[in-house]
Amino acid sequence: MKNNYKVSISLWTLTVKEIRRFLRIWVQTLVPPAVTMSLYFVIFGSLIGPRIGSMDGFDYIQYMIPGLIMLSVITNSYNNVVSSFYGVKFQKSIEELLISPMPNWSILLGFVLGGVCRGVLIGCIVFGVSLIFYPDFTVVNPFLTIIVLFLTSILFSLMGFINAVYADSFDDISIIPTFVLTPLIYLGGVFYSINILPDIWRSISMFNPMLYVVNTFREGMLGVSDVSILFSLGMICAFIVILTGACLYFLRKGTGIRQ
Amino acid sequence: MTYALEILDLKKTYSGGTVALKGISLSVQEGDFYALLGPNGAGKSSTIGIIGSLVTKSSGQVKIFGEDIDLNAAEAKSMLGVVSQEINFSQFEKVIDIVTTQAGFYGIRKSDAVPKVEDILKKLSLWDKRNDQARTLSGGYKRRLMIAKALVHDPKLLILDEPTAGVDIELRRDMWTFLKEINKNGTTIILTTHYLEEAEQLCRNIGIIDKGVIVANTNMKDLLGTLNVQGFIFDLHKPLDAAPNIDGFPLRLEDPLTLVAAVNKDRSINSLFEELSKLDIKIKSMRNESNRLEELFIEMVNSNEK
Repeated sequence: MKNNYKVSISLWTLTVKEIRRFLRIWVQTLVPPAVTMSLYFVIFGSLIGPRIGSMDGFDYIQYMIPGLIMLSVITNSYNNVVSSFYGVKFQKSIEELLISPMPNWSILLGFVLGGVCRGVLIGCIVFGVSLIFYPDFTVVNPFLTIIVLFLTSILFSLMGFINAVYADSFDDISIIPTFVLTPLIYLGGVFYSINILPDIWRSISMFNPMLYVVNTFREGMLGVSDVSILFSLGMICAFIVILTGACLYFLRKGTGIRQ
Repeated sequence: MTYALEILDLKKTYSGGTVALKGISLSVQEGDFYALLGPNGAGKSSTIGIIGSLVTKSSGQVKIFGEDIDLNAAEAKSMLGVVSQEINFSQFEKVIDIVTTQAGFYGIRKSDAVPKVEDILKKLSLWDKRNDQARTLSGGYKRRLMIAKALVHDPKLLILDEPTAGVDIELRRDMWTFLKEINKNGTTIILTTHYLEEAEQLCRNIGIIDKGVIVANTNMKDLLGTLNVQGFIFDLHKPLDAAPNIDGFPLRLEDPLTLVAAVNKDRSINSLFEELSKLDIKIKSMRNESNRLEELFIEMVNSNEK
């Protein structure tokens, strides 16, 4: 019991440290998504959007909002954990955690909670920005929206953790977000419904995992989706379980952190 | 008897094939001030890394106050503080935040940590710099911060891996005083250092490791007692052109006013004084040559190489 209490304090300490880290550098972490998304809403929503017309029966700017929120949540959750965990490896302050009595699951959870907090906070900021451009937006299914928001943050925080475990240089922590994550998100239905694609591209898109995340979130916010929601939720949860197992295995083996 | 540290047949081979530890065993008694010495690459840092869970061992057993670091990791780690050789804190955080956060990692509530942190920072003369970013500290203060971090949870065993490397003599002496005090208050200390004078001044027991094996594990006094020759330095009244030739006492001139003598254990130093008086060489002052341990160290490491 006493040990559990100590573990909860150490977990709280690490989580607060992680939150304090991204809040301290808010100009680099919180402001850029708000600025970038404002530009998306201005250019694709207000200027080009009316010419595109409706998408799945919604104004184009309205259709884009869930996708852009997910885009921001995914990249920020991922980047938070990958840069923070690689940072502690690089500065050797990972030793502070390894020497301490904190169990591995608690170390992992602390970093993931940091990523989730940033992802969710960014999601709220982008949603706030979107309301400036589309004040009449109403969320159809708040419960599903919040669930997907948190599950997505957890999933991509775990992916960021694995990237950081294997990273040996700052290049290694930017390769996957730039060349894998971002293209998959952009092609995962952020700006369009896959129903407008030719059959072959629609079939190929079904192999893009981002499509399921974006569309499940869109189902929560707008009530429309290109994919099965239960299947998507099941896959997200399954990947969270698999990646958690992998992260704990890497921590136990000391991959990338112990000699 | 429960030892502060017990190592049994510890082996470590790195992934590249380098064998760092070839099965070392040693035990350190509770309350001891123990020196672990060895040349570069001998296996000191690998040993400390394994004890602190920073390096994965290949085989063997490590116990801290009877708690196995694999079977009862949390209990073992809560009794251990490690001051690593390299700086291992976030350079962009404030001094006070680094130490308070470290206390939190050991399960100490913030309300309990605050007075502890204040106390330890004051003892290490870091209190005035508590709101400075760590990166702005000088090398000596960074070392102090490392010690503050390692002590904030009141460990029963403190391991310091070359804590005074690159630190000026004044700060080094301050650290010695501080370490002596916490050892007197009951903390077992294990120290690795390249300054053999430091080990001789501070430690009661000593282990010498070379090429992954322990070549000596004994009491400091006993070890120094095995020396056959002791060095003395004489400051002279008048300068000499060359070292005098006295039978049975090898002498050399460090400079015209400093004479160094090697006195065999079975010879009396009085005879040397008599011989010097006969030659009208007057001595102003005399001191021990402080490289006794160094001689033994080199002797042991060399004999291990043969």
